[in-house]
Amino acid sequence: MQLEQNSRTEELLFYVLAAAGGLVTVVGLAAALFMEHSGHVVTGMNNQVVWGMPHVFAIFLIVAASGVLNVASIGSVFGKVMYKARAPLSGLLALVMLAAGLMVIMLDLGRADRLVVAMTHFNPSSVFGWNVILYPGFFAIVGLYLWTLMDRKMNPYYKPAGLAAFIWRLLLTTGTGSIFGFLVARQAYQSAVIAPMFIIMSFAWGLAVFMIVQKSMFAWNGMTVHPAIRQRMKNLLGTFVAAVFYFVLVYHLTNIYFAKQTAFEQFILLSGGIFPTLFWGGYVFLGTIVPLLLLYVPDLNKIRGSVFLAALLVIVGAFSLLYVFIIGGQVYPLDIFPGMQVSSSFFDGKIDSYSPSLPEILLGLGGFGLAFTATAVGVRVLKFMPQDDIAKLENCGHMLD
Amino acid sequence: MNEPQDKSRRGFIGTAAVGTAGLGIAALAPGLHLIQVSQADTPTQGASSTVRWGMLIDTTKCASGCDACVKACNTENGIVETVKDARQGAQWIRKIELKDPKNGREHSLPMMCQHCANPPCVDVCPTGASMKRADGIVLVDRHICIGCRYCMMACPYKARSFVHQPLTEQNPEVPRGLGCVESCTFCVQRVDKGLKPACAEACPEGAMTFGDLNDPNSEIAQRLAREASTQVRADLKLNTGVRYQGI
Amino acid sequence: MALMKQALVGFAAVLLLAPALAVAGAPKPTVKIENPGQCIAPAEEMRRNHMDMLKHQRDRTMRQGIRGEKASLNECISCHASKSSGSVTGKDGFCQECHSYAAVKLDCWDCHQPKAGQKHAGAAGAKP
Repeated sequence: MQLEQNSRTEELLFYVLAAAGGLVTVVGLAAALFMEHSGHVVTGMNNQVVWGMPHVFAIFLIVAASGVLNVASIGSVFGKVMYKARAPLSGLLALVMLAAGLMVIMLDLGRADRLVVAMTHFNPSSVFGWNVILYPGFFAIVGLYLWTLMDRKMNPYYKPAGLAAFIWRLLLTTGTGSIFGFLVARQAYQSAVIAPMFIIMSFAWGLAVFMIVQKSMFAWNGMTVHPAIRQRMKNLLGTFVAAVFYFVLVYHLTNIYFAKQTAFEQFILLSGGIFPTLFWGGYVFLGTIVPLLLLYVPDLNKIRGSVFLAALLVIVGAFSLLYVFIIGGQVYPLDIFPGMQVSSSFFDGKIDSYSPSLPEILLGLGGFGLAFTATAVGVRVLKFMPQDDIAKLENCGHMLD
Repeated sequence: MNEPQDKSRRGFIGTAAVGTAGLGIAALAPGLHLIQVSQADTPTQGASSTVRWGMLIDTTKCASGCDACVKACNTENGIVETVKDARQGAQWIRKIELKDPKNGREHSLPMMCQHCANPPCVDVCPTGASMKRADGIVLVDRHICIGCRYCMMACPYKARSFVHQPLTEQNPEVPRGLGCVESCTFCVQRVDKGLKPACAEACPEGAMTFGDLNDPNSEIAQRLAREASTQVRADLKLNTGVRYQGI
Repeated sequence: MALMKQALVGFAAVLLLAPALAVAGAPKPTVKIENPGQCIAPAEEMRRNHMDMLKHQRDRTMRQGIRGEKASLNECISCHASKSSGSVTGKDGFCQECHSYAAVKLDCWDCHQPKAGQKHAGAAGAKP
């Protein structure tokens, strides 16, 4: 009797959560419709800051979508048994996050009604154009990969499918990074280091998302992640977070010493108001230093929920970094006449300001709503819960080191 | 300005047709409708790759504070701004005031789409809406522009504007609309009629010379051969169609 | 089996009748020809193919710079604009009447000027 009572409350709670996620999605869609109808005049974006809050959300979702698949790749491509149990969940998250990211970016288009045009007209020299091929390809390959993982008949093919998915996701994130990496016009972009930086970012952010979802699913079912598994995953997250920091460091150093963008770097790292604050406070302190301490200082690490908190903070850091990278990179004026002081009616030479409007933020959150709802429904109807066979793991020697 | 293009080949159309050939026919048959006259016309051959339109701007003649070119552009292209935030308004051509901090030298110049031979906007456009005509004019095909603004990220001259608000007062020959990106077209509707861009025509100092860079006999080609000129952001090797003197 | 047959027949009848009812229910568009005379092609052909004619012409004009073709949106407007409103859209608008009836989105007028007699750009190049 008691058990039945519990499951009924649990069921109710599930529907409430799913409905809440659905509501956030619907509000996001309504915000997009409003933007579409009124024009981008209702956003904070303008002719200088052409990409705003929706792009921060969308790029986070797309980059993390590719990264979250890494968990599956470690299992299938690199043969780690512990990660293989997590492959289906990893694939599901990759699919829903990519779908959510694409939804946000598509609905922000000036002519979102022309989605068919985007699909039928293709410019091979455009990085965006490549992405139009990379995204559907990702859905197809990861879909196939999930099939090989979840259907016993298809199971023999999971290794090649996993390898294909691994390669494709590297291409996908290279494509996302190259959207910025090949832009010669603005000082913040055009750097060969951006594509690899995006790949390593995807590792860290995707794993953080995965660990948050995994922890929530286990907690929902009244279970805890085995300490040895927690230990391994938190070490991997720490490694990725440190690697992202290394790439961010290299990116800024190349800008300063190689590309001589000292004025821009001065702005973004020291004098630019919100941007240095977000960079040092949001990304470096909250998103890098604190998580690393939580993950590696034994006393802190022992506290319950410290790994969960670290993963959450990594995502806070991700948003700070993306905001600085995308918005900060655009508010800084273009250097049309190097060495000259310029002024014009079009705000040449002026540092622009950007304040996101409510519809933009709601659209971005709508993407999160969609990812949340789709994940919640997915894990409820299908078997995505990681099943750890501890005895087998110990046999393989996976739990020893 | 030289008239480098072959008038008999390009032909005159629309209202111009009424003004020339149309008048003769209309005189013969006074009851004839305008539409029937234009039906009798044969279409023009279109943009030719033997031509490359360009503009030479002499900044030594360009007066600080004068915006005759900007006004002419707005009139010609029907740009009437109603957006509250000026940063969201369209500017196809703008005046930039330059000052060299090292020696205090000041000058003024008009800046617009540079009609590059290797345009970054065309490279990055996912649908091919950003395009370069055979005669070198860089345009946005609004029929397939999805409004992603990637071209605005890629343009080193900040030459493009995004239409942030619905429009109603377009000029019939210059369609523009919500959610698409746009920029200077070299007044393609005038160039196709054998006229020069509105800005070049309006400049009180005659500082803007328009013509065919490929025609060695054109004024622009001859001056470029004789006199010093520069491309803005020449380091990017975009081979711009708009060249400047005196900067 | 008989029941199934009956159900099928009923279903088919509904399928057949529904559009007929819908057509009978909606008010017919009032298409007003302001300048009776000859269009660039017979009315039947125009009704069926105007979109293709315009689309091909638009791509040639836009991308290749070929001007003065037979099918031209500006010529459509100058002939078909309502004499009362001066436009092909809005109430009694030649384009909108039919497109509303057929529930086909009109995409032209977001960018193109739907009113006839707007000043032509060619005349506007202000002289100093």
